[in-house]
Amino acid sequence: MIINPIDIAFVFAKICLLMVAILTLAAYLVFAERRLLAWIQDRKGPNRVGPFGLLQPVADVIKMLAKEDFRPPAGDKWLFYLAPAMAAIPAIITFAIVPVGAPVNFFGTVIDLQVADLNVGLLLFLALSSIAVYGVALGGWASNSKYALLGSIRGLAQLISYELSMGLSLVPVVMLARSFKLSAIVDAQAGVWFIVYQPLAFLIFLVSILAECKRIPFDLPEAEGELVAGFHSEYSGMRFGLFFVGEYINIIVLGGLASTFFLGGWHGPLLPPVVWFTLKTLSFAFLFIWIRGTLPRLRYDQLMHLGWKLLTPLALVNILVTAWWLYLKG
Amino acid sequence: MSIFDDINAIITGMWTTWKHLFRRPVTIQYPEEKRQPSPRYRARIILTRDPDGGERCVACYLCSAACPVDCISMQAGAQDNGRRFAVWFRINFSRCIFCGLCAEACPTMAIQMTPDYEICQRDIMNLLYEKEDLLVDHCGKDAEYNFYEHAGIGVTQPRGEGLEERPPVDVRGLMP
Repeated sequence: MIINPIDIAFVFAKICLLMVAILTLAAYLVFAERRLLAWIQDRKGPNRVGPFGLLQPVADVIKMLAKEDFRPPAGDKWLFYLAPAMAAIPAIITFAIVPVGAPVNFFGTVIDLQVADLNVGLLLFLALSSIAVYGVALGGWASNSKYALLGSIRGLAQLISYELSMGLSLVPVVMLARSFKLSAIVDAQAGVWFIVYQPLAFLIFLVSILAECKRIPFDLPEAEGELVAGFHSEYSGMRFGLFFVGEYINIIVLGGLASTFFLGGWHGPLLPPVVWFTLKTLSFAFLFIWIRGTLPRLRYDQLMHLGWKLLTPLALVNILVTAWWLYLKG
Repeated sequence: MSIFDDINAIITGMWTTWKHLFRRPVTIQYPEEKRQPSPRYRARIILTRDPDGGERCVACYLCSAACPVDCISMQAGAQDNGRRFAVWFRINFSRCIFCGLCAEACPTMAIQMTPDYEICQRDIMNLLYEKEDLLVDHCGKDAEYNFYEHAGIGVTQPRGEGLEERPPVDVRGLMP
């Protein structure tokens, strides 16, 4: 229970710092993605605005704000306005439970570098990632467009099949750490990272979070080639920008969670904990961009096949093997 | 096992993109770096002069007739000595497709193509090139060629003194 006004001030400071950091990082992730994809394709990418194109995100935001904010007249007005926020906000909230670094001693007060250290942090993450689907589903539905509706239907079906394997791949982590608390999970990895014990669960989680943040090869809800832009076809201006930024915030959050669950969170030699955490998170972001530059989009039935017939049974077997191993170990 | 083939395929693809990440981009940063067009590249049209400095164009309308997009128009005129010229000559570069048929059709080598491709304009009316915009002070590709030296109509030299030309036959002197 927080009653001390200084503690409340610290929490607010953490929230503000995290918001600014995440939004800046997401904006620059868009830029980094464009540059990296360009390099992969032997191009140069955006390099005109500012030195090395570093002001490109600012220019993009100005462009987005200056665009016409169009709403399809036949659509559902309020849901149409609400959907982008519903897609972006759960992703930001999820970051509240991620431990960014080791607890810091600030003039005698010990501060966790984590906004909320919940007992059920992992469950909150699963719950919020399910809520994020509403943004996709309602945005596509409220647009009153065939492409958008098809995109949101795909989004729903995809997210349902991948939530399951994602949740199941996290069960061995909870069994090893014996806690749902994220700080406890990180502390349990002080010696050996869980990726050593659970490489299969890590792979399943990686594929699942790729599908979770709707990245190639699982970008079926917004397949440009087939559905124009899927669920956000009808969005323009900053509302589209919110969907877009929400997606990149999701990448950062899921990368951060993957490093928390499997790569030891902020643990690491030599460098300060926050730097280790940032490095791990950004390496996931790089991996996602690299995969986007390499793989083609899966077909819908291939995706369902992979989710239901391969990843979910594998995750279940993995849980059983882990339980058996823990039982033998005592 | 097909799953090992799949994993192998993914890793091969990832390795290919990883290599391309460090390859030098093929992009040319256009306004700063300019690309050297290939030797036979053809773009902006010019009207050349003959070695004596006179206009080569005789306003025969062949280029205008050959043009598939009808972007060339002119008005023919003649001097007292018989030399023909274009009173006005206009090429609409907003329609020109740089096909080169006009240069091929030209009997006097007047109309020729250059490799200059930077002719974009903000205002479309600026793409309307008049005769003074088109006319240049050199001979272009065929430096020695002068149409009137071959034409045999007595403009640059008296009749019968042109190249590959015999003096005119006095028909009365051929009487038996």
